[in-house]
Amino acid sequence: MRVVFKTSYDKDIDLHPDWWDRGKIAALLVLMALLPFLVGEYYLAEATNTLIWALAGMGLMVLVGHSGQVSLGHAAFMAIGAYVDAGLMTAGVPWIIAFPLAGLAAGCFGALVAIPAVRMSGIYLAIATLALFVIVEEMIIILEPLTGGVGGMFAPSIMLFGIDFDRYASLSNFYWLVLVVVSLVTWAYANLLRSPTGRSFLAVRDSEVSARALGINVTRTKAVVFGLSCGVTGLAGALMGHFISFFNYELFSIFISINLLLVVTIGGLGFIQGAFFGAILITAVPQMIAILRDGLNATVGIDLGSVPGLDTLIFAVILVGFIIYEPTGLYGRWLKMRAYVQLFPLARRDMFRRQKTYLKTERMR
Amino acid sequence: MEIIQLLIGGVASGCIYGLVALGFVLIYKASEGVNFAQGDMMMLGAFVALGLVNSEYWALPFIPGILLACFIMGGVGYGIDRFVVRRIFGQPQFALVILTIALGFVLRFVAGAIWGFTPLVLETPFAGQSVRFGGLVLGYEDVITIVVTAVLTLALWAFFSRTKLGLAAQAASQNQMAAYIVGVPVRRINSMIWGLSGIVATVAGVLYAAKGAIDPNIGLLGIKAFAAAVIGGFGSLPGALLGGLLIGVVEPVAARYLPSGFSQMSPYVLMLIVLTTRPGGLFAQIHAKKV
Repeated sequence: MRVVFKTSYDKDIDLHPDWWDRGKIAALLVLMALLPFLVGEYYLAEATNTLIWALAGMGLMVLVGHSGQVSLGHAAFMAIGAYVDAGLMTAGVPWIIAFPLAGLAAGCFGALVAIPAVRMSGIYLAIATLALFVIVEEMIIILEPLTGGVGGMFAPSIMLFGIDFDRYASLSNFYWLVLVVVSLVTWAYANLLRSPTGRSFLAVRDSEVSARALGINVTRTKAVVFGLSCGVTGLAGALMGHFISFFNYELFSIFISINLLLVVTIGGLGFIQGAFFGAILITAVPQMIAILRDGLNATVGIDLGSVPGLDTLIFAVILVGFIIYEPTGLYGRWLKMRAYVQLFPLARRDMFRRQKTYLKTERMR
Repeated sequence: MEIIQLLIGGVASGCIYGLVALGFVLIYKASEGVNFAQGDMMMLGAFVALGLVNSEYWALPFIPGILLACFIMGGVGYGIDRFVVRRIFGQPQFALVILTIALGFVLRFVAGAIWGFTPLVLETPFAGQSVRFGGLVLGYEDVITIVVTAVLTLALWAFFSRTKLGLAAQAASQNQMAAYIVGVPVRRINSMIWGLSGIVATVAGVLYAAKGAIDPNIGLLGIKAFAAAVIGGFGSLPGALLGGLLIGVVEPVAARYLPSGFSQMSPYVLMLIVLTTRPGGLFAQIHAKKV
């Protein structure tokens, strides 16, 4: 176990406690950057997909994990990002301008929605975002001249400084582009969390009344979180539009919203790493099911392909299992295992005991 | 005349939304949790009834078949709480939301695996019959839907305000710890309420199936019922019914008088309007939030 010797107060809010931690992140980045040389085309596409999901997961994580608001409608913001990006690029705007604008549009829309939405709490907010999702979905169909309606829309391939970033023609370039975006967002997110704004998110999550008593403008904080979250999700939506390249409103279904919730809960609520763990799981499980299905079909002769909806069942069962047995998610499990190894043999089960709360209603009747 | 016909059709479908919303409210009243699988429980209830009543399956007589279906679904509801939801007792509300969403997928898979994904029709003794009332032609199933909903709502209201079990359930939701101390078996009551909401869901499912074909995806109707419960103010039984009726009426009216696409949106627009103007719903029950 390493001991960090702090020589100044600034050390408390450092992103990494020491050079060892910083080195690990750098090594991971180098490995990710070298990935196109290490794996084949198929797995590179999967890695790109994972990174895009992680980006969207980070968008939802800041909302659910760090400010304690639940949204069931984040697919709507992904859709807004994708359509704004593809629409602007079809109109001839270069990607480097269209992409941030897509994020901005989703973020502004989110913040606008947040103004009435933040007055609601908990369940009500979740339902309001669900309603918003349905409205956005219908709007996409109604606004056919802009969005292509049911027919769908084509996301043009990205050209930057004469280099082609097309998803099919030059996948490695597209992968690097996504990697750069994800790394920048992760870096900004990690830094945000050690700023006063980020700390106020946590305060609002833990107790609104206490946060208000400490002088935090709760309404403003919630609107900022909502805007930020929607903006990042919009960026992920824009990238997903490029990744799928031809999409219509059905790409951003309610299942995307639920998958996103899956990413943040299974990954580990309240940790940036959780978004990545969750994204890896959500993209890896369908692959594993496919491999398992082929294996069973070839060896035992059981044809799982004939059972419809098996994928969603497996996702649902995984989700139920995590909520019951490991509510802190994959990252929480990792932290526990690491503590066990680092403190060996001093680790005790009760170190991570869950706090149970007894429920008191806000209703008066 | 046309508008009245439209309104009555709206009221009848609104009753079904209202019944599903009643299921939400029941569970919310008892455990302050929201069961996002309520729509799927309605779907499963309809399929269980179909499996018992239809001639190609068990071919039981209609009324005993429906009662048996209610009984089975009551057991399913009780079991879901007893073996799954009770495990996260004491966890934040958010956990229950995600858990029930996942449960909804499981229920949908179960129904799809047993009855398939092609739409099926429930055989009812009153199919196709209609009542003439003045100049109006009312479907028999619409009349039955309205009557059953009214009776069930009254019965549930009486249950919560008059019976010992209902009062205990309310106590359990208002302050779990205090309810424990005065001797309310909080967990068992939660399970019972889940069973009760399973029964209400079955009734809603049967009434829904009487009007048209069902497939495992009709559970998505739960989202609309959700809007109904929110409009009424979660936790209020008459509110849920009123919300359901409002949505049921607004939808066909919007479909008739507004361009296409707006009618699917209308329940949610209505809900957002209610939420922004009266965040607690029409029958608001939240007055102040404590730490």
